[in-house]
Amino acid sequence: MRYGETGYNLEIDLATGNIERVETDPKLMETHLGGLGTSVKLHWDRVPADVKPFDDENMLIISSGVLNATPAFSANRTVVTFYSPESDLLAYPMMGGFFSAELKYAGYDKVIFHNKSPKWVYIWINNDKVEIRDATHLVGRGALETQDLIRMELNQPNAQVAAIGVAGENKCFTASIEQGRSSASRLGGGAIFGDKKIKAVAVRGTQDVNIYNGEAFMKEMKDMMAYINFRNANPIPDVMTILSGIGSPQEMVHTDEKWHTENFMWGNARTRRRGFWDEKINEEFPRTQLEGIKRLISCFNCPQHCGALISYKETPRYMAKCFGKLTYMMAAYVDSMDFAWRTLQRATEYGVDSFSTPQILAFAVELIEAGIITEKDLKAGPTWPACPTDKEGRFLWLLDRVAHREGIGDVLADGVYLAARQIGNGAEAFDHNTIKRHEQLPLKLGTMDPLYYLMYATNEKISITQIEGNWPQGAFPTMEQREAFVKDWPQLPDDSWKQWLLEWEPRGEKAIPYFPTIDMCCQIVDWMEMLHNIDDACCVCAGMSSFCLKPPYHIHNYPRIISAATGLDLDEASLKKIVNRSRNLHRALNNRRGMSRKDEKPPQDHWKRRFPEIEENLLSAYYTFKGWNQDGVPTKERLNELDLGYVAEDLEKRGLLKDGQD
Amino acid sequence: MAKIKKKVKTIKVDADKCNGCRGCEIVCSAFHSTPRYSTINPARSRIQIIRHPLKDVWLPIFAGEYTPAECMGREKYVIDGKEYDECTFCRATCPSRDIFKEPDSGLPLKCDMCEDEPPLEQPKCVEWCLNDVLVYEEREEEVEESVEMEKVETGLVSMIDKYGLDKVAEAIARISQKD
Repeated sequence: MRYGETGYNLEIDLATGNIERVETDPKLMETHLGGLGTSVKLHWDRVPADVKPFDDENMLIISSGVLNATPAFSANRTVVTFYSPESDLLAYPMMGGFFSAELKYAGYDKVIFHNKSPKWVYIWINNDKVEIRDATHLVGRGALETQDLIRMELNQPNAQVAAIGVAGENKCFTASIEQGRSSASRLGGGAIFGDKKIKAVAVRGTQDVNIYNGEAFMKEMKDMMAYINFRNANPIPDVMTILSGIGSPQEMVHTDEKWHTENFMWGNARTRRRGFWDEKINEEFPRTQLEGIKRLISCFNCPQHCGALISYKETPRYMAKCFGKLTYMMAAYVDSMDFAWRTLQRATEYGVDSFSTPQILAFAVELIEAGIITEKDLKAGPTWPACPTDKEGRFLWLLDRVAHREGIGDVLADGVYLAARQIGNGAEAFDHNTIKRHEQLPLKLGTMDPLYYLMYATNEKISITQIEGNWPQGAFPTMEQREAFVKDWPQLPDDSWKQWLLEWEPRGEKAIPYFPTIDMCCQIVDWMEMLHNIDDACCVCAGMSSFCLKPPYHIHNYPRIISAATGLDLDEASLKKIVNRSRNLHRALNNRRGMSRKDEKPPQDHWKRRFPEIEENLLSAYYTFKGWNQDGVPTKERLNELDLGYVAEDLEKRGLLKDGQD
Repeated sequence: MAKIKKKVKTIKVDADKCNGCRGCEIVCSAFHSTPRYSTINPARSRIQIIRHPLKDVWLPIFAGEYTPAECMGREKYVIDGKEYDECTFCRATCPSRDIFKEPDSGLPLKCDMCEDEPPLEQPKCVEWCLNDVLVYEEREEEVEESVEMEKVETGLVSMIDKYGLDKVAEAIARISQKD
């Protein structure tokens, strides 16, 4: 009997229509756990390094993790992996919601898609019965409306459906896969769905998922329940509201957006608007936000309220979460929550990433204003009107063009980096906020932060909002605050680190960029990344673990929880080894696709005060700490330690690891 | 007839607070699995969240009695502008729908308030609901002790099945004459 996992994957060849239920090797759980870990292994084993994102061979995997469908709180992520059309690397956007649990109740850990369908289809997984069904009638439908249409068509109100909208159909590089209140957004999973002509995947399951030691598992969850209740009743003091609680950013709950609106950069990550949150805004924004929110909602088995059902005036209902409520508005320089709610609805039905897309549109606006995108690009097309001149109208016109790949939208739909190079004529200079071709958070700060430098530069996620985590974002001003913070901090891997926080000052020699020291930074970033890797293998929401301060899940309780669920005999060291193995395999996979030190650079203007020497030393030290060579490639020694000798051999053959280079 | 005390167990459902997480379904199925907590399957849960997110419907319903035949008529409710599908509020295990049946055998499921020895403080779904949608209340009521006719009838039906109606009727007549 298999515990934690179902032990079966669904392999679907879209070209031939062949569907197979394939038993998986139980050893894979011992070596790669599950979720992202086992998916990376499948990509390494099966997809040649030179496969392009829109090649037939670009396999797409929808995966659950080992804790989905169990009573583990907030274990509700679904991880989608594919070679990204935007970054050309292995992307792994994750969505919350209810899909992964339903998939496991249907009897599968992963759905693996091969090749492309000749016509539009959706997949219907109903326990042992799996069908590829015609989706011609759904083409052009919104990502959210498609979900309900499929549920109605199947007469399956409890089916969970992940679908793409028009942007995915048109292979926009920032197209998302939408599912209820959640989405797998970054790096163009929706475009790969679209390329394979998958409009949606629907799943319903009514089978058992087994827990190895149920009593022990429930004891862990009882303890966690008490801690969740404690944390919800006791927000962390002296940090900004959004960081004080647990869960993903509680953007639907909180209405005070003074910090974000005044510290994030408006437009194309360009302008900080000090004093934005004035009396008028302070009245209008919260009122309009609350007017739009019909109900606060969660994902599977999570007590938090990160999402909301939006019912705003005559706008069709939809569901929202996180920063989508701000990103379009801020990128458009439109000071109106009314615009925010309306635009987000349109973007959700189109199915686009609400971090990247607003920046693409704001980038286009800058190019219009600079005369690089010209009148001829803005005139009416065969099926669309000319671009309006008002801010709101222009922004929405651009969104429409991008989602449909019409006119200039066809170029912009490739993302800022690639669009800038296609447009030329100086457009490249306006691409100032991407790493590895991917749009970053619209944030520009003062002094280079060594922890953030490493996270921005080196993580395979290429997106800071899903990398940062357990270490406070800034030093506490007073010793009293620091002492209060460290007093109750069992999540730390090592108690001695508390001293680092106590010594950490906002200014001076013991402040950034000098402190935490390079060695400390390496340890802290590695620890936070390792936690993300555990979350991603278990498909636990980072909001209850690696993303927030003092979370319910941490390195000390994770081994017990995973052992009780799966029957694996894990301690901290063995769990770390498993996720380090997967993490290094992921890095090697991206190295094999050409990624190296040259790509590991935060945007030049991310900080005003840069320290090139410290930055170089940081990166070099972190590579060494991780067991990577100075090109950012895992060394043979490191790979052998992680039982990845076959990876070292491959990298050697390709000349990525040189003879004698450990 | 003598007065006796009867314990009434109630779960108050404040559906407006439900965030739709389905933790209640998960823990119910875990608690009722054998060995306890060994398997998870919300389709076996004795509480189901009737969900229609875009209609703002998140409604926890508990499994009630088994019924061999569906109703002759159906109702649709509209409350506060929200239209609920037919049968939404019904607790029955009924041929008209799939819920409250074991998914493999089709046998009916019924909420037992997590009866256990020693008794739990509250049913598991209530304990697991961190948003106070489900609140357990227990009260004692004084009622007149009465013979539960349902049990008498069940006994008589089995006697009739075994000996036939005539013989049972004769026996009852004889007994009543003796009185």
